[in-house]
Amino acid sequence: MRKLLLESLTRRPVTEPAPAADTAAVAALAAALDRTARQKLGRSLSIREVDAGSCNACELEIHALNNAFYDLERFGLRFVASPRHADVLLVTGPVTKNMREALERTYAATPDPKWVVAVGNCAVDGGLFAGSYAVTGGVSQVIPVDLHIRGCPPRPIDLLKGLLALLEQQDG
Amino acid sequence: MTTMPTLLDLVTRRARVENHGPWPRVVVDDVTWQTAGERLATGQWSLLGLWAEPDTVHAALSEADTFAVVSLACDGRFPSLGRAHAPAQRLERTIRDLFGLVPDGLPDARPWLDHGRWGVRAPLGKNRERSSLLQGGVGASSARDLSYPFLPAEGEGLHQIPVGPVHAGIIEPGHFRFTANGETVVRLEARLGYVHKGIEGLMAGADLWRATMLAGRTSGDSTVAYALAFARASEAALGIEPPPRAHWLRALMAELERVANHFGDIGAICNDASFALMHTHCGMLREQVLRAADTCFCHRLMRDCVAPGGVTIDLDDAGYRVLTALVGDIRKRFPALIDLYDNTASLQDRTVGTGRLAPALAREYAAGGYVGRASGRAFDARRNVPYTPYDELAFDVPVLEEGDVNARVWIRIREVEQSLAIIDQVLERLPVGETSVLLPLTSGVGPCEGVALVEGFRGDVLVWLKLDRDTSVVRCHLRDPSWFQWPLLEAVIEGNIVADFPLCNKSFNCSYSGHDI
Repeated sequence: MRKLLLESLTRRPVTEPAPAADTAAVAALAAALDRTARQKLGRSLSIREVDAGSCNACELEIHALNNAFYDLERFGLRFVASPRHADVLLVTGPVTKNMREALERTYAATPDPKWVVAVGNCAVDGGLFAGSYAVTGGVSQVIPVDLHIRGCPPRPIDLLKGLLALLEQQDG
Repeated sequence: MTTMPTLLDLVTRRARVENHGPWPRVVVDDVTWQTAGERLATGQWSLLGLWAEPDTVHAALSEADTFAVVSLACDGRFPSLGRAHAPAQRLERTIRDLFGLVPDGLPDARPWLDHGRWGVRAPLGKNRERSSLLQGGVGASSARDLSYPFLPAEGEGLHQIPVGPVHAGIIEPGHFRFTANGETVVRLEARLGYVHKGIEGLMAGADLWRATMLAGRTSGDSTVAYALAFARASEAALGIEPPPRAHWLRALMAELERVANHFGDIGAICNDASFALMHTHCGMLREQVLRAADTCFCHRLMRDCVAPGGVTIDLDDAGYRVLTALVGDIRKRFPALIDLYDNTASLQDRTVGTGRLAPALAREYAAGGYVGRASGRAFDARRNVPYTPYDELAFDVPVLEEGDVNARVWIRIREVEQSLAIIDQVLERLPVGETSVLLPLTSGVGPCEGVALVEGFRGDVLVWLKLDRDTSVVRCHLRDPSWFQWPLLEAVIEGNIVADFPLCNKSFNCSYSGHDI
């Protein structure tokens, strides 16, 4: 263990430079976010992830944000265990009917001001699962959405760009 | 005594259903169906899958090297296999939920995937009914039909801990109901179905490409395995053979997927024992595998890269060099992590002896993957139902007997090593040539059926399908390995402390989405 730890002292960190915030997302958010609410929060956001019927691919890439390459916490963004601690809900999946109530309750349990980011193509409009008897067809069918990050699944770098756009909007 | 000593006898004595491959499919009567249940109960045969069409139930069975699909025509009811053979129970509850076919004698009357919120009953059945109960909504939870009675646990000092469906971590949704005595778990019951997307309903009528995409989205971590199983089943149905290079590239992708997931799991299991160093280093290895996959195949998870007829993307020289470097780098760095795992007493203290799965249970449930192989069940579809190119590759199937969290970690470690050896061989011997064949526009023979069993990282994925004359899907069933692993998680946690549940759960790493379909 000592060798591994010493190595990390001498080796260059693998963490990559921050990407620029997604400009399209910045523009979309400018319309969505209330300026005064933004100023209250400062440059820090607590994120609660909710899988509302995803295939788990989006979760894998959201997980990757925590690895040493992306190191999400350096931006003041962190995942929290309860919606009651959260500013942002990161929601994946086409929202299955069996998860609809759980998503509504999670949203209700999140204190204001709060933002919802829908992650992945099926969170936008149901994606490939649209039209099934078992899905509602997208997060915005159930709760208001502030930002969509597309992809199947989105790469971690795209997730990061979207979340940074959210932070920039708060600064502004 | 019945006159049906072996599965081979059963299959050879009956007419095989035409245009079904590669395994034989035979139609049986009620009595033989029930005898199959007895054979399963005595452990002579294994249950690999159980699914329905609106007027038929099918079971995929195996005995040693014999694999077969056995079918029973039914008009609304069929004799329950689950009455004698517990592993069939959740599958039969699902058949009842989706098709409205009633398993006679099934001891569990509760629904499984149907939570009463679809607005329709028996959505895939002949008598699809609109149900009056509707649209979840916060207020609707008081409705009586939405309640679900958990199995009782009675005794002094017992308390219940409900967990989920929204969990604390970044994981899939499901509900766990613990009954504990102090810290000790006396009963765990899972309730699943939250991520039921109706994939098998969407499959009906889909063309081959859309169906391939659906299959690849059944369980995101196994997208290659599912696409491969779907492709192999449809190729068996249509009687087409992909070019050799496609077979080898498929194996390359499948092994990269296995390695990436095993790295993720090994790290996450250690993290659940609060050993973050392993998690960090394994997370870096996983990321490097995904980045290499992205460079080579333009997608980190290699989604939509395998399709009926071959693969959709070729490996170029640059990709070849990336993978060679990747394997070299992992070989250099992984051994230190194995040592770290092996020599950290505080970590071993959590994993050794925790969540022990008895070999008899693993056998009864025909548990695949690391869950089965850590408990003495030496089954690996790449070896037991060999498919190209695995029949030409040298690799071991590691098996342990201990059945604890530690054994499931070690199986993964050894499998990473074996996968690296396979990747070496594929890179060395990759045939040149085409990467796909054109698909026929018609089946040529009318409806045709195919079945495939493919070894994903988690265990064997089964796909059975029926294609119409125009090659569109009539019916496709996707069976995740988790069906036969989830119930065992409930068994292994008994007598362990609540705090060890995350460890046990992560060491199983069952799929919610793959199970809930």
